[in-house]
Amino acid sequence: MTSIAAKMRTESVSLFYGKNQALKQVTLSIPRNQITAIIGPSGCGKSSFLRLFNRMNDLIPQTKVEGQVYLEEQPIYNARIDVVELRKKVGMVFQKPNPFPMSVFDNVAYGPRVHGIKDRVHLEEIVERCLKQAALWDEVKDKLKTSALSLSGGQQQRLCIARVLAVEPEVILLDEPCSALDPISTMRIEDLMQELKKGYTLIIVTHNMQQAARASDFTAFLLAGELIEFGPTKELFTAPRDSRTEGYITGRWG
Amino acid sequence: MGTVPIFRKRLWERIVEALIHFSGWITLIILGLITVMLFREGLPIFSYTNPLSFIFGTTWLPVSSPPQFGILPFIVGSLVVTFVALLIAIPLGVGAAAFLSEIASSGLRELLKPIIEILAGIPSIVLGFIGFILLAPVVQSIFHLSTGLNGLTAGIMLSLICLPTIISISEDAISAVPKEYKEASYALGATKWQTIRKVILPASSPGIVASIMLGIGRAIGETMTVLMVSGGRLSIPTNITDPMSVLTARIAIEINNASFRGLQFQALFAMGIVLFLITLVVNIISDLVLEKQKRRLGQL
Repeated sequence: MTSIAAKMRTESVSLFYGKNQALKQVTLSIPRNQITAIIGPSGCGKSSFLRLFNRMNDLIPQTKVEGQVYLEEQPIYNARIDVVELRKKVGMVFQKPNPFPMSVFDNVAYGPRVHGIKDRVHLEEIVERCLKQAALWDEVKDKLKTSALSLSGGQQQRLCIARVLAVEPEVILLDEPCSALDPISTMRIEDLMQELKKGYTLIIVTHNMQQAARASDFTAFLLAGELIEFGPTKELFTAPRDSRTEGYITGRWG
Repeated sequence: MGTVPIFRKRLWERIVEALIHFSGWITLIILGLITVMLFREGLPIFSYTNPLSFIFGTTWLPVSSPPQFGILPFIVGSLVVTFVALLIAIPLGVGAAAFLSEIASSGLRELLKPIIEILAGIPSIVLGFIGFILLAPVVQSIFHLSTGLNGLTAGIMLSLICLPTIISISEDAISAVPKEYKEASYALGATKWQTIRKVILPASSPGIVASIMLGIGRAIGETMTVLMVSGGRLSIPTNITDPMSVLTARIAIEINNASFRGLQFQALFAMGIVLFLITLVVNIISDLVLEKQKRRLGQL
C-alpha cells in the first residue's frame, strides 16, 4: 500500500461536537485512484470522518477539528484555504439521493454554473459527458427537461454522481450511497465506481461489509471514533490483524 | 367492564367528529351569508347606474343631484398604494426571511422573531398616526410637495403592515427546505449566497408566493392607516405622490353619513363587492401560481 501515492491524508485528526469527541487521533492515507472503504458500526464516526475531507463538518455549529487533513500535501484546515475551491476538488455524494427540485439538465449544470460557466453549448457538452460517465445518459437523454424528482431512486443517485462529476473533482466522497437503493441500483453504482476510479480517488462510507469487500481496494475499520485497522481490502477481510476487526467482519457483533 | 368504556369512547368520538364537521361548515355558511349580504345591499345600485360606468366612471359625487358614482379613482388608488407597498415589502420581506433562517445566528433569530410579531401586532391606527406625524413631513420635503399625505406615504406605511406576514410565512417556507438540498449545494462548492439564490429560494418559492399573496390581501384590505395618510383626494391620481383615496378608506369615511339603503349606501356596498372580487382574483391567481410551481418542481 505504501507504493501508491497518497491523494489525501489525515494526521492525528480529532473531531469534537461540542463536548463529544467523535474522532480520536485518526491518521490515515487515502491512496490515489483507488477506492477506499470506511466501515464500522453505526455511530462509530464514519460519516463524520468522511466529512472532514471536504470540510462539510464546518456547517454544523460547535464542531472543532484538531490535527490536520491534507489534499496533495496541502493542509485544508487552514485559515487561508478557500472552502469553495476545496469542495470543487473534493466532491460528495450523499446517503439519500438529493437531486435539486429542478430539471435533470439543471441539476448537472448546477456546479458548472455556480463556478461561472454560462455558455449554453459548453454546458450541454458537460451535461452529456457527465451523464454518460454516470451511466445515466441513455435513460434520461430524452427527458433532460423533466424534474429530477421524477426519476427512480437509483437514477437519482447516479444523477447526483453526474452532478458531482460536472465540477471535475479529483476526489469523490460517497456517504453510504447505496443504503437507500435496491440491489440492482446498488450494483450499477458499484460498477460505476470501478469505472470512476480510473480518473478519480474515491472514498466510500458503507455499513454494508459485502459492499466494502466487493467494491473497494482499501478498507479502514473505525470503532468508537478510533481507527482500528487499515489495509488492502483483501488482507483486511481475509487476515485481519486486530481481533476487533475480525469480530466485526465475521459478524460476531456490530 | 370492558364494553362500557368502548361504547363511551365511540359516542365521544362521534360527538367530536360532529363538532369538527360543524365548525368546518359554519365557516362556509358564514362566508356564504357575508357574500349574500354584500350582494343584496350592493347590487341595487346597478339599477341607477350600470356596472361599467360604476367601475370606469371617474367622478364620485354621492350627494349632489343627480349623484354620480364612478369608483375608478379609488380602484386606481388602491392599486397604486398596494403596488408601492409590495415594491418595498417583497424584497425586504423575502430578504429578511432568508436572513433569519439562513444567515442569522440562532440567538439573533430568537431575538428578531418576537420583534417581527410585535410589528404585526401594532394597531393599524397607530401606524397611521406614525405615518401622519413622522413620515408625511419627510415625504413632503423630499419631493417638495404641498402635502405629505399621499399615495407614496400610504404605500410606505402599508408595506409595514404586509412585512410581518411576508417575513413570517416566507421564513417558514425557507426553513422547510430540506437540509439535503443545502448540503448538496455547498458540497458542489457553491457559496452561501449562490445556495440561497439558486436552491433555497426556488425550492421555497411556493411558500414565498403564498406569503406575497397574503401580503397583497392585507394591503388591499387595510383601511385605517391608509385613510389617515393617503390624502383622500377624489380624482384619479396621476402620480404616486398625489393625494388619493382607496376603496376601503372611502367606504369607512362615508358609510356613517349614507342614509340606510339609499343610493350612496348601495354604492358603498358595491365597492365592497369590487374589493371582494379583487381579493378573490388575487387568491385564484395565487392558487394557479402555486399549482404551476408544484408541477414544475415535480411535486404533483
